[in-house]
Amino acid sequence: MKTIQFREAVAEAMSEEMRRDESIYLMGEEVAEYNGAYKASKGMLDEFGPDRVIDTPIAELGFAGIGVGSAMNGNRPIVEFMTFNFSLVGIDQIINNAAKMRQMSRGQFNIPIVFRGPTGSAGQLGATHSQAFESWYANTPGLKVIVPSNPYDAKGLLKSAIRDDDPVIFMESEQMYGDKGEVPEEEYTIEIGKADIKREGKDVTIVSFGKIIKEAYKAADELEKEDISCEIIDLRTVRPMDHDAIIESVKKTNRLVILEESWPFGSVATEITYQVQEKAFDYLDASIVKINTADTPAPYSPVLLKEWLPNSGDVVKAVKKVMYKD
Amino acid sequence: MKNKNNLDPEKAEKLLFQMLLMRKFEEKSAELYTKEKIRGFLHLYIGEEAVATGIIQALKPEDYILATYREHAHALARGVDAGVIMAEMYGKQEGCSRGRGGSMHLFDKEKNFFGGNAIVSGHLPLATGMALASKKLKRDNITVCFFGEGAAAEGEFHEALNLASLWKVPVLFVCENNLYAMGTALRYTHAVQEIEKKGPAYGIESKAVDGMDLLKLMEAANKAVEQVRSSGEPYLLVCNTYRFRAHSMFDAELYRDKTEVEKWKKRDPIPKFRKYLLKENLISEAKVQELEKRLNTEIQKAVDLAEAGTWEAKEELTRFVYSENPVS
Ligand SMILES: Cc1ncc(C[n+]2csc(CCOP(=O)(O)OP(=O)(O)O)c2C)c(N)n1
Repeated sequence: MKTIQFREAVAEAMSEEMRRDESIYLMGEEVAEYNGAYKASKGMLDEFGPDRVIDTPIAELGFAGIGVGSAMNGNRPIVEFMTFNFSLVGIDQIINNAAKMRQMSRGQFNIPIVFRGPTGSAGQLGATHSQAFESWYANTPGLKVIVPSNPYDAKGLLKSAIRDDDPVIFMESEQMYGDKGEVPEEEYTIEIGKADIKREGKDVTIVSFGKIIKEAYKAADELEKEDISCEIIDLRTVRPMDHDAIIESVKKTNRLVILEESWPFGSVATEITYQVQEKAFDYLDASIVKINTADTPAPYSPVLLKEWLPNSGDVVKAVKKVMYKD
Repeated sequence: MKNKNNLDPEKAEKLLFQMLLMRKFEEKSAELYTKEKIRGFLHLYIGEEAVATGIIQALKPEDYILATYREHAHALARGVDAGVIMAEMYGKQEGCSRGRGGSMHLFDKEKNFFGGNAIVSGHLPLATGMALASKKLKRDNITVCFFGEGAAAEGEFHEALNLASLWKVPVLFVCENNLYAMGTALRYTHAVQEIEKKGPAYGIESKAVDGMDLLKLMEAANKAVEQVRSSGEPYLLVCNTYRFRAHSMFDAELYRDKTEVEKWKKRDPIPKFRKYLLKENLISEAKVQELEKRLNTEIQKAVDLAEAGTWEAKEELTRFVYSENPVS
């Protein structure tokens, strides 16, 4: 094992795959000369040259579509959005072309492409720069959506995403790129669509994904002191969703809290709630509690932002609520 | 009395003070950023002050302005109070967006300052739309939209220009060409690097001007504004300028040579204008010193207002998302 940063895990996954397969290239704003806005492609221009590590202008709709077109014709592009906030400028190409091409053409064309970049809030950046669109993309049949929470998962899942024959949305976080974690020296991949039990526990199941899961870890540490044992499931892949892992855990704990960094309406948590009440209704000893951001655009003010963003305190409260200990 | 550049001492003093205020205000902001009083992204306009100053002096208060996330200077030139801007960057209730927007999202309706837009090129269609509304509502004003050369690579730039021309609306597009979009040089992003050549493709009269020289900018701006006003049609003015600082507060600036930066700093528009005014006897040394004193007081006042400001109560978080008077 070796210890690397999240950003290095991303760069290693891309570089290893690019060494293996000539048809892969990386394209996006600041990915080449600048080594990535958040240095997630550091050293790649030097190794692969400007034909395979390509700086684009600020033209998200254009380069998203160009990625899709080249994927129809034999390439396997990795398209980086500086953040997924800016993917909105290119979203037509993702939803209308990348996601639908296989089905619309009765399977004649497939789009092996990865759209990746940071999602969610990253401090006091205000309304336009703090958004989490996991549920938007996961709502679209034809797309897979991966949101890893540590370097090991990021590397293994990104390699799988690049090898996948369909379009994958791969979401990272500005606030995770510096996180360190262990990864094996040797090559590995992680299967898309499999959740991971990050902590075993018996009293309450907490489902989360992406960087916000760290608030669940903190809460679980707190609750441990009060003899409340939390099982933490990291979805890792939002679509396809590993319903079995969630259901199995709920059957054991009979209580469910879902923690997610996005607006509450029609969120990933909403989908999980539906699935659980359908498949494990009789196992539930309490209503499911979901924790989201406030139902407003992200504010800049530190006081309002703190109120807006879910934290470990919210998780502790929610767990106590489903345990009837509040 | 006005000189050949149409400047009288009163206007000369006002313009010099404005540019100095922009510069000092941002130097102070950078300092406050390192003290973590200001957070998030902070994009400084230092080096480019002549552009906002030169364009906005040509406008009437009833004209509309839209700018990017690098918009402190434009807000100041428009007369938005320095304290109100500073309070916004602190995230306080006294800020122009009550602490919701921060540095990148400054708005002041009373001053006809329509933001502060942090999505690159996102405000160009808005500008065309605002000008369209002026035309439909028979308002006697024009809209001015500032954006970087990087923004001109977005589809929205092209759609906004085409429709502004097709529908003949009074909008002045001002491209602040500082040669770099974050770390990406102009030569990597545009097949045709003279942005002013893109206007004529849409039937829009376009011109490029030295963006480091306030006098040249004023001349070009006066003409452009006059033309938009009289014709009711769009115009594209490309101001060739340079930012002396990093793109935002985090940036190692490895994409450009230190010597290049030094070369441009020699063209700093502020000392250049001051020198000109002294030479033309439009201002005295004593007056300049007085201005600098006034400046320090003004900046201190702004910081004091922000420091003394109140935090928005957390119960206010859900305000302003929808109208507080919905149709029943
Ligand atoms: C749609 C979109 N894509 C990317 C970004 C990230 N971004 C912010 S500023 C910037 C560079 C813009 O350069 P330019 O338009 O030349 O203006 P400048 O910053 O030089 O004033 C980028 C890429 C963004 N805010 N919005």
